Parts: sequence; structure tokens; C-alpha cells
Amino acid sequence: MIQIDPTTLWIVIIGMAVGSFALRFVFIGLVGDRAMPAWLLRHLRYTAVAIIPALVAPLVVWPAATGGSPDMPRLLAALVTAVIGYLTRNVIWAMLAGASTLYALLFLLQG
Amino acid sequence: MAFSTPKSYFRAGFRDGAPFILVAIPFGTLFGVLATEAGLSLIETMTFTFTVFAGAAQFTALQLLQEETPTVIVLASALAVNLRVAMYSASLTPYLGAAPLWQRAVAAYFTVDQSYACSMIRFEQEPQMTVPQRMAYFFGTVTPIAPMWYMATLAGAALGTQIPESWALDFALPIAFIAMAAPMLRTPAHMIAAFVSIVVVLLAGAVPYNLGLIIAGIAGMMAGAHAEVVFERRKEAV
Repeated sequence: MIQIDPTTLWIVIIGMAVGSFALRFVFIGLVGDRAMPAWLLRHLRYTAVAIIPALVAPLVVWPAATGGSPDMPRLLAALVTAVIGYLTRNVIWAMLAGASTLYALLFLLQG
Repeated sequence: MAFSTPKSYFRAGFRDGAPFILVAIPFGTLFGVLATEAGLSLIETMTFTFTVFAGAAQFTALQLLQEETPTVIVLASALAVNLRVAMYSASLTPYLGAAPLWQRAVAAYFTVDQSYACSMIRFEQEPQMTVPQRMAYFFGTVTPIAPMWYMATLAGAALGTQIPESWALDFALPIAFIAMAAPMLRTPAHMIAAFVSIVVVLLAGAVPYNLGLIIAGIAGMMAGAHAEVVFERRKEAV
């Protein structure tokens, strides 16, 4: 952990602001209503279900809070969230189930 | 809803987006707290949140900035985490691409996981929706979320103090993302996409600079698209 240099910070903030907007604008703004090829659309259907699990899996298996070693409460909480989310198709129920599982296990195992 | 006006679609979007306040508040607060702990001023924290408006990327950048990472790599990694919004933008384009440019520019800024997920579900369910109805719905979904995200960041930054570790806030992000993704697993092809991306990202754990995420995402998309074609062919063959 170091003190963040203000110049570096502002470069990162401005770079991310411009870059994030560019990423979001590139298709909807520049492509507009021109037709896109079927193969591209077919791949895009799987964007969310491919990227979100890839973002989450390392955080579940190697959580930073435990220094990167697998942790039973977090693994089970993730599993419960996924199962409830799949069965109920309801984001809030899934989150509540996952959080309850995490807190219950943290309390039981480490309390 | 055959006679629905854009206004009623805005309200429908608002209703569908409202539950995500429960996600925006803890994340926004957490970002405010972590940014302040990392030494960012209130103005720096709020400018970050207002201009970038991408939670996962903001957390990534904040983490890397504290690890003496080269600036270019901080930017590349944070934008890599955010690359999924480009894919969201592309998959919204067939539905919203015919709207006026200024609306598309504003919609681009507000393209986040929640507005994307709500909108895609609705647009697929109701293919007869007009473009103004779709835009109204899209903006409806972010109307409850965005102000809450800003205000929660402000509250977290003002709070500034350390949240007790026993709250295990580190795990709020994974739980929220899993809860969001699980209901999207509608077909075997979606399952395959998710499974492949998880396996690849875990195998690619040693790949530096978050590139494993991009590799896994692309692998998952290709697996899903390929599975879709295979399943279609099988259906035709029967």
C-alpha cells in the first residue's frame, strides 16, 4: 500500500472516463441501426453469462479477504446464491440467500 | 400492454430497476469508504464516480493504484474489466440503434450491468415494443439506481471510517454478480458459456493484468455461440 500520486490518479480518472464512455458508445452510437451480422449477434447473446462468471470466479475461489486461500463460507455462499438465483430467477432472493449463508457460516465457523 | 405509452414503459423500467438500489447502496458506500481509505479526497472520489460510472472497473483501478502498478496497466486493466459494457452496447444496438444520437449518447453513459440485464429481458419478452418505448424503459431502469450510487459513494466517502471486517463486505461484489448472472442461464447454451468461462478464467489465473478475464469471456462467448448452432442443427435433424 502506497500513497497514490495525485497526477497518476487524475490521469487514471480521466483515462477511464473517456475510455469507459468510448466502450459504451462504440456500437450503439456509431453502428446505430445498421444491421449487424448474425454470427456477431449470436456471440453477443452470451456476453453477460460469459463475462460475469469470469469476473466472479477468481473472487470466489481465491478471496482477497482470506489472503487468496479458498474459504468454505464464501464458496458455499456463492453456490447458494447461484442455485437460488437459477431456481427463483429473482436477483434479490438470490442475494439475500447468499448473504444469509455467508453470515451464518462465518458466525458458526469463526464466531 | 398493447396501448402502453413511453411514460408507462418508463414506470415499468423504474419498477424493474428499483430492487437494484439494494446493490447500488452497498457498492457505492463501499467505493466511497475504500477510496477515502486509499487517500482520495472527496472531490477526487466523486469525480471518479460521476465520470467513470462503472463500479467493478473503479474497484479494480483503486486496488491497482495502491499496488504501485504502472499507470498504463492500471488503465488497461480497469478498461478490460469494463470491456463487457462494449459488448452490452453492441447487444443493445439492434433494439435502440434507431433512436436519436443524443439519446444514444446518454444511454451509452448509463449502460451498466443492471440497466442492460433488465432491458434485454424486457426487449426479448416484448419484441413489439417501439424504439421510444424501449428508450423510456431503459432510462426508467437507471433512474432509481444512478442517484443512489452517487449518494451512497458520497456517504461512504464522508463516513471514511473503516467498516468492521466482520461485515465481510469484500464478498458483496461476488454475491451481487452471481445473483445477477444465475437467472440469465436460460438455455443449455447459456450454461455452457458460463461453465467454459469459469474453467478458463481459473486456469488462466496466472495470466497477468486481468487478461485472463478477457480470454475467458471470449472463450465463453464462443462456446455459447457454438453450442447454440449445434443444438439448432440437432433440432432440425430430429
